[in-house]
Amino acid sequence: MKLKELESCLQQVDTFETPKVFLEQYPTSPHIAACMLYTIHSTFDDIEGKLVADLGCGCGVLSIGAAVLEAGFCVGFDIDHDALEIFRRNAEEFEISNLDLVQCDLCSLEMEAYSSKFDTVIMNPPFGTKHNQELRYDLPASYKFHKKKSVDIQVDFLRFSKS
Amino acid sequence: MKLLTHNMLTSHVKGVTKGYPLLIKATEVKFNEVEFNPEFISRMIPKLEWSALIHAAQELGHRQDLPDDLLPDYDKNEEFLKKVHKALLEVEVMEGCLKCPESGREFPISRGIPNMLLNEDEV
Repeated sequence: MKLKELESCLQQVDTFETPKVFLEQYPTSPHIAACMLYTIHSTFDDIEGKLVADLGCGCGVLSIGAAVLEAGFCVGFDIDHDALEIFRRNAEEFEISNLDLVQCDLCSLEMEAYSSKFDTVIMNPPFGTKHNQELRYDLPASYKFHKKKSVDIQVDFLRFSKS
Repeated sequence: MKLLTHNMLTSHVKGVTKGYPLLIKATEVKFNEVEFNPEFISRMIPKLEWSALIHAAQELGHRQDLPDDLLPDYDKNEEFLKKVHKALLEVEVMEGCLKCPESGREFPISRGIPNMLLNEDEV
């Protein structure tokens, strides 16, 4: 699958209906999600046939993209029930069956138990202002108090690997 | 919730030292076809808590004659891998709850999503 195809596919993923500011819920744009997943897949071969964890999955754009790129199985973790409900509907619409959702607080989870199980962990890119390998992050006006229509934020793409 | 995910989940209620494996109390179980990927299943098997999988599959009535002990050379046995695939990925608990084996705390499963959130006094 080409990058462009992946991006247009991810445009079909529904996102937060009412983003919760205290949870920093901002949608990952289809462009960012596609670039990130495409790199993980084509440069590092860390998606196809892998067990993938999506931490803070929200409405699931990264998991769905990973499933489209033929991940073996994907588990999305998020604290917010409303986001997971949208994720569930997205997965149904995409007819993706090799994924699971878990509602939990990642801060109180002991991740060591999982670290030996998952092959790959993907995360919604957090706000970043540094600039080594930047992607321009086009943030739609999802929060009410944003004055401008859209804010462009630089995003780092980081890959951690166990040595 | 599929049994692959169940195989990884643990109860983290305060004071609990052995929150694994979680007991499954299912009121609705679904069977969903998932594409069979033998390499993926072979790679998952050594990561599994085998006895927890067998126990969970048995509880749900979907054990598929899987043995108590893992077969040697399982990676060459396609029939066996298919059974593991079914138990791991095709059986799905839609409604019910997961019960912490030590504290008895129940975590609800609704529309296939387990809710592992704890109350403030349980953290």
